[in-house]
Amino acid sequence: MSRIDDRFHELKAAGRKAFIPFLTAGDPDLDFTAQALKALDEEGATFCEIGIPYSDPIADGPVIQASYSRALDQKIKLDNIFAMTATIGQEIQAPLITMVSYAIIYKRGLKQYIQDAQKSGIDGAIVPDLPVEEAGPFSALCKEADFSLIQLITPTTPADRVEKILATTSGFLYYVSVTGITGERKTLPTDLADRVKRLQEKTTLPICVGFGIHQPEHVKTVSAVADGVIVGSAFVKRVATAKTDPTAALTDIREYTQRMVAGLSSK
Amino acid sequence: MSSSANLTNSPDDHGRFGMFGGRYAPETLTFALEQLTDEYAKAKKDREFQQELDSLFKNYVGRPSPVYHAQRLSQHCGGGQIWLKREDLNHTGAHKINNTLGQALLTRRMGKKRVIAETGAGQHGVATSTACARFGFECVVYMGAEDVRRQAPNVNSMKLLGATVCPVHSGSKTLRDATNEAFRDWMASVESTHYIIGSVVGPHPFPMMVRDFQSVIGNEAKGQCLEQFGRLPDKIVACVGGGSNAAGMFYPFIEDEVELFGVEAGGKGDGPGEHAAPLTYGKPGVLHGSMSYVMQDSDGQTENVHSISAGLDYPGIGPEHSFWKETRRVDYVTRTDLQALEGFHALTQNEGILPALESSHALAYAMELAKKSSPEEIILVCLSGRGDKDAAEIARLAEQYQQKS
Repeated sequence: MSRIDDRFHELKAAGRKAFIPFLTAGDPDLDFTAQALKALDEEGATFCEIGIPYSDPIADGPVIQASYSRALDQKIKLDNIFAMTATIGQEIQAPLITMVSYAIIYKRGLKQYIQDAQKSGIDGAIVPDLPVEEAGPFSALCKEADFSLIQLITPTTPADRVEKILATTSGFLYYVSVTGITGERKTLPTDLADRVKRLQEKTTLPICVGFGIHQPEHVKTVSAVADGVIVGSAFVKRVATAKTDPTAALTDIREYTQRMVAGLSSK
Repeated sequence: MSSSANLTNSPDDHGRFGMFGGRYAPETLTFALEQLTDEYAKAKKDREFQQELDSLFKNYVGRPSPVYHAQRLSQHCGGGQIWLKREDLNHTGAHKINNTLGQALLTRRMGKKRVIAETGAGQHGVATSTACARFGFECVVYMGAEDVRRQAPNVNSMKLLGATVCPVHSGSKTLRDATNEAFRDWMASVESTHYIIGSVVGPHPFPMMVRDFQSVIGNEAKGQCLEQFGRLPDKIVACVGGGSNAAGMFYPFIEDEVELFGVEAGGKGDGPGEHAAPLTYGKPGVLHGSMSYVMQDSDGQTENVHSISAGLDYPGIGPEHSFWKETRRVDYVTRTDLQALEGFHALTQNEGILPALESSHALAYAMELAKKSSPEEIILVCLSGRGDKDAAEIARLAEQYQQKS
C-alpha cells in the first residue's frame, strides 16, 4: 500500500474527493515552488503534482510549455528538484507525484529514478509519453518499489486497451477529459460523467480527471462523479507573474485553491 | 543482432529495430497510430494502392530519377567515379515528395481531410503542401521561426500552394520545435487530421512507413546501376538529418556487399551545440516518440544543435539508423559546415548542378572517398535535393566568411 492508496482510503471513509493541483518545479525558482507547495497543502490540496520541466513536452499546451522553458532557463537540474522535495515533503501532508517525461526517466535509469524519487519524498509518477505497450519494465519496477505509476486513459482510448492500462496502473487512474493538450477549456465534454462511470465499472482504482479544468463549477461537476480533480494550467498561469511579485502570486494561489476546494462535492 | 535477417525484417510488430524505435507517444495518439499501422499494412498488400502510387511517381514526380556519372567532379577529385542519384530532379526538388504522396494516399484511405506537417529546410513542407493541393486536403505546416527566415523561398511556395505556415517561436526555433508543435496540433485534431511526418523518425509506424515510401530511391538505383555499369556500386553515401533519404537509399542494399556511409552534420565543431550529429556524439534516449540516438544533457533534456543546413539541424535520428550503427552495417561520419560548402561549390562549378546544403554533406564525404579510391571504384551519392532554396543563405554566409578572413 502506497501513501497514495492510504490517502484515498481515508478520503473514501470520510466521503470526500481529492483535489490535485499541478506546479512546474523551478518556475520561477525552486524556493518559490517550495513555498507554493506549502500553501497548496495548507489550503487543502490532497496530493501535489510536480511537473519536471522537459525541453520537448508534446502533450502540453503553451502555458505549461512556457513554464517548463522558464524553469530550464534557470538551469534547474533533476537533482535540485529532488533536493527541494526531500525538504518540503517532510513539512507537508499532501503526497507528491511527479509528472515526468520518459526521456528523463530513461536517462536517469528506470530503477535509479524510482529510488531517487522515493528518497526525496515522492510517491508516484505520471509519465505522459509512456503508453502501456512501452510501460512493462518501468511498471514492474514501480510495483516492486511500491511507487505508484499513474497511467492515463483518454477519450480516444479504445475499450480493449482500457483493461491493459488498468492492469499496469497504481495509485489512481488519470482520466483525460478532452482529446488534446493540457490547458484551460471553457466547457468540459458533456459525456464526461458517462465516460467516468463506464470506467468505474471496470476498476476499483480511484479515478481522477484532468485537462481543461479551471473553475469551481468544473470542480463541482467533475467531483460529483470522479474521485478527484486535477488542475494544472490554471495554477501555472498564476505562477507566471511570481518572478516579479512572489507574495502576490502566493496569495493568488491560496485564494484560488480555497475557491476550487470549496467546489469539491462530498457524498 | 548482426544477422542479416534482422536487418531486413525490422522492425518487429512493436516497431522495434533491435532496442530502438517503439512508440513513446501520448495515449491520446495511440488510436491514430494504430489506425495508421493497420491502414498501411492493408495498403501495402493492395495492388491498386501500389499502382496509383507508382503512377504518381512516374507521371507527377517524374520518376525514375536518373543515376548520373559526375565525370568532371570525379576528375576534379582524382580517383574513383562519383555517380549521383538525382533526387534533386524530382517534382518539388527533393526526395521528400516520395513520402508525402504515399502518406497522402493513406490520408485519403483513412477518410481524413486535414494534414499537418513539420518542416526544417522547408522541402518537406513544400512536398506536403504540394501533395495536399493535389489531393484537395487542408494543409498546415509548422516551421521554426529561424528556419522561416533562412528558407524564405520555400515559405513562399508553401503559401502559394495553399498551405498555412505557422512559425514556431519556442525553444531553438528550428525543426525540433516545429515537430513539438505539430504533435501538439495532432493531440487535439487526431480524429480528423493526419500528421505527415517528413522523416524516418517519430513513433511506430512512421520510421518503417517513411523508409518504405523512400525505398523507391534505392530500388531504382539498384536497377539503374546494373543497367549502366553492370554491377552494384562499391560505396553509397547519403546525408542524415532525420535520415529519410539515407534510409530509402540504403534499405534496398542492406543485404548486398556494398559499403554504406551516412553523413551527419558536423557543424562548426565537436562541442555541445556546435553540430547536429547524434550518431557520432549522442547516446540512446527518447525523443519525439521513439528510442534512438539523441543529443541530450545528463538529465535527458534535448540539447541544442547546429548545422548550416536547416534540414539536418535536428538533435535526433531515425531509430533504424541507430540500429544500423549498432549492428555496424552502416558507417556514420560527419562533415562540417565548411566542408559542405566546399562540396556545394565543387558540384556547382564542375557539373552545373546546385545541390541542397543537406546533400552537400554527402557530396563532401564522397569526394574524399573518391580521392582515396581507384578509378574502377564506383561511389554512388544520394543527391537528395536541389540547392536553389539555399542560394541566398550561401551568398550571405560567403559575405560573412569574407569579412572574417
